[in-house]
Amino acid sequence: MDLNLTPQELAFRGEVRAWFAANVPKDWVKRRNAEESMQARFDYLRAWQRKMFDAGWAGVSWAKEYGGRGASLMEQVIFIEEMARAQAPPMANVLGLGLIGPTIIAYGNDAQKKRFLQKILSAEEIWCQGFSEPNAGSDLAAASTEAKLDGDHFVINGHKCWNSYAWAADWCELVVRTAPDKHKGLTVLLVDMKTPGVEVRGLKQMSGESEFCEIFFRDVRVPAANVVGQVNDGWRVAMGTLMHERGTFGAALQVNYRRNFQRLVEIARERKRTDDPIIRQKLAQMYAEIEVMRCNQMRAFSRINETGVPGPEGSIQKIFWSELNQRFQQVAMDVLGPYGQLAHGSEDAFDEGQWAYGYLRSRGNTIEAGTSEIQRNIIGHFVLGLPKSY
Amino acid sequence: MQFGLNESQKILQSNARRFFGTECPMAEVRRIMETETAHDEKLWRHMAEQGFLGVVIPEDAGGMGLGMVELAALSEEMGRALVPGAVISNLLAASAIDAAGSKKHLAEIAAGKTKATLALLEATAKWDPEAVAMNGLSGEKMFVPDAGIADVIVVAARDRGELALYMVDGKSASRTLMPSVDLTRRLYKVAFNGGGELLARGDSARKALDHALDVATVALCAEMTGGMQRTMEIAVEYAKTRKQFGKPIGQYQAVQHQCADMFLWTESSRSAAYYAAWALDAGIAEARSAVSVAKVYASDACREVGNRGVQVQGGMGFTWENDTHLFYRRAKASEIAFGDATYHRERIARLVIDQARSEAVNV
Repeated sequence: MDLNLTPQELAFRGEVRAWFAANVPKDWVKRRNAEESMQARFDYLRAWQRKMFDAGWAGVSWAKEYGGRGASLMEQVIFIEEMARAQAPPMANVLGLGLIGPTIIAYGNDAQKKRFLQKILSAEEIWCQGFSEPNAGSDLAAASTEAKLDGDHFVINGHKCWNSYAWAADWCELVVRTAPDKHKGLTVLLVDMKTPGVEVRGLKQMSGESEFCEIFFRDVRVPAANVVGQVNDGWRVAMGTLMHERGTFGAALQVNYRRNFQRLVEIARERKRTDDPIIRQKLAQMYAEIEVMRCNQMRAFSRINETGVPGPEGSIQKIFWSELNQRFQQVAMDVLGPYGQLAHGSEDAFDEGQWAYGYLRSRGNTIEAGTSEIQRNIIGHFVLGLPKSY
Repeated sequence: MQFGLNESQKILQSNARRFFGTECPMAEVRRIMETETAHDEKLWRHMAEQGFLGVVIPEDAGGMGLGMVELAALSEEMGRALVPGAVISNLLAASAIDAAGSKKHLAEIAAGKTKATLALLEATAKWDPEAVAMNGLSGEKMFVPDAGIADVIVVAARDRGELALYMVDGKSASRTLMPSVDLTRRLYKVAFNGGGELLARGDSARKALDHALDVATVALCAEMTGGMQRTMEIAVEYAKTRKQFGKPIGQYQAVQHQCADMFLWTESSRSAAYYAAWALDAGIAEARSAVSVAKVYASDACREVGNRGVQVQGGMGFTWENDTHLFYRRAKASEIAFGDATYHRERIARLVIDQARSEAVNV
C-alpha cells in the first residue's frame, strides 16, 4: 500500500500547478459571487476554456488522437485537484468535455469524431444532454420522445427536462424512442439546437438560478447520420454516458469540501463559537467525513488504476458526497446562526450570501446524477445480490 | 498510488481467514465465552505459532517486524471471526513496551508464553492520558481488558506528578471481574499495591502511551470493520432467504436500503482504517488525526451496522441463538475502547480547529 505520488506524477502536478498559478484570473473568486447575467458569465467561462484549450489543458483525459493529453487516471485526478486548489473557473463546455465527448469517442463513428470533438475541446460548440423527461427521470428507459424515420432523417417530437445549460447549448445528445421495446427501442441522436422546432425554456431552481431547462421538440428533422452507435442500441450508449458521471468526478469535490471546511472554521472563530462543545463536535464530524470521503476515493481510483474497472466500493461515492454536503450545509447553518439565512445582496451576509445559496442548492445533490434511492437500489441488487425491488 | 493489500498481505489475510475458520468457528466462540476468562490457551498458542501475536513487534525482539497494514489485514479477519480474548490487550501492552525503548517480555509475548495488558482508566473513566491520577502503584484501575489472564500489566500512573508507565506482575495484583456486555472480552478492576518496574516517565512515557494507543486503535478499527462485514453478511443472507408476503424480504426497499447503508458504513470504515494504518507506517504529519478519523467513523458505523443487522432479521435477529448479538456486543465494547466517537471528535477539534495555522488541514 503506497499513497505517495511517483516522480512523474509529481512532475506533472508541478507543471499543472504552475500553469494555473500563472493563468487563473485574479478577479475570478470575487466575480463568481457577484451578480452577473447568465450570458455574460457563460461568455467569460467560454473564453476561459479557450485559453485552457490553447495551452493544451482542455480534455486532459481524452486520447491524444482526439486532441487530448492522454493523461493516466492518476494524472487526471491530479489535474482536477490542482484546478480545484487554484480555484480556477470551471470550463464552459463541462458536459461536452465530461460526458458527450467521451460518448462520441466510445460509440461514435469516424465522421462524428472528426466533426464534433475538436469543437468540444475549444468550446466552439457547447453541448447539453437530453435524457430526462417529465415521466422518465429515475426510470430513464420510460422515455417517450419519439423519432420516426422519414427517408434519411428522423422526425422528433417530445419534451425533455432538467437539461443543464440547454439555454447556451449549440448541440444536444438526445435519447429518443425508435421502437416500442422499453430497453431495446431507444436511440441516441446528436441534435443541432438551431434546428427548426427546438424550443428551450428555462426552469428556475429552488436555489434561485435557472441553470437548467426544458426542451420541446416539434417535428424536428435530424439526419440519420447523427445516430451514435446503432438504432435501438441507445440504452447501452446512454448508460455508457452516465458511467462517465462517476470515475474522476469526485476528485475536485474533496478539495472543494476541505476548502469550505477551512472557511467555516474561520467563520466559527470570527463568531467566537469554537469553544462551544457542540459546534466543536459538529465541525470535527465534518472533518472526519470529508477525510473518509477522500480515503474512499483513493481506494476507488486505485482499483480502477489496477484493474481498469470500478469496484463495489465505488458505488457508495455518490451517496457519500451528496449526503455529506447536505450535512455540511446544515453544520454551516449551525455555525452561522441567524447570519446563515442572509441571501445574496445582504450587506451583513458572510461571503456574499453563498452559504444560504449553498444550503438550498444542496437539496438537489441527492436527486441529480442518480437519486440516493436509486443508488441504494443499485447497491442492494448489483452489489449485495438482493432481488431487484422494481 | 496503490490503496489496498499487496500480494503478500493478501496471502497473510487469506491464511488468517482459513486459520480462524478452522480454529475458531462460532461454536468455539460460544464455548470460550462461557469460560471464566474468555481465554483459550490452545487457540492462543496456535495463534502465536502463526506469528499473529507479534505482527508489529520488531524482529530483533522476537516478533514478525511487519507493519500496520499487515496488522490491519490480520485484525480484520479476527474481527470477522469474533476471536475472543486478549489479542488487542496484548498488542497495546507490547506496543507500549516497544515504544518506551524496552525489549522486556516482547519475545515471550510474541511466542504466546506471556500474556499482557495495559491499565489506563480509573474511576473517572477518561481516556485522555492527562486524566491519569493514580499515585505510583497504589490504587485501583478499572476497565482493564483481560487482566484476569495477564502475566504482565503495563500501568499508567503518576510518579511525582509526571505521567509514568510501570510493568507489574499480573499475579501480584488483585483482580475483580467487571461483568460487561461483551462476552468475548473480559474487563477487570485491578487493585495495585506497589511492586512494579518503571518503564518510562514524563515525555517518553507520554509518547510511548500515545503511540501504543494509536497502534491499538487502528488495529481495533480494522477489527471492527471485520465485525461489521460479518454482521452485514448474516443480515443480507437472511434477507435473501426469509420470505414474507410471497417475496424474499430483501426485495422490499425498506429492508434493501438498510442493507445498502450497512455496506456503505462498512466500506467507508475499511477505507479509513487502512488509511490510518498506512499513515502511521509512513509517519505523515496527519497520522494522529487519521487515527481519530478512523475511530470516529468506525465507532458510529459499527453501532449502526449492528442496529440494522438486528432490525433486518426481525424477531430472529433478536434471539440469543443468532450470532448477530455477539457481534453487536463486541461492537459496543469496541465503540467505547480507546475513546468513543465523541472523544475522538474532540481530539480532531484540538488538532484541526485550535491550532491557529492548522497543519492538519492542508488543501
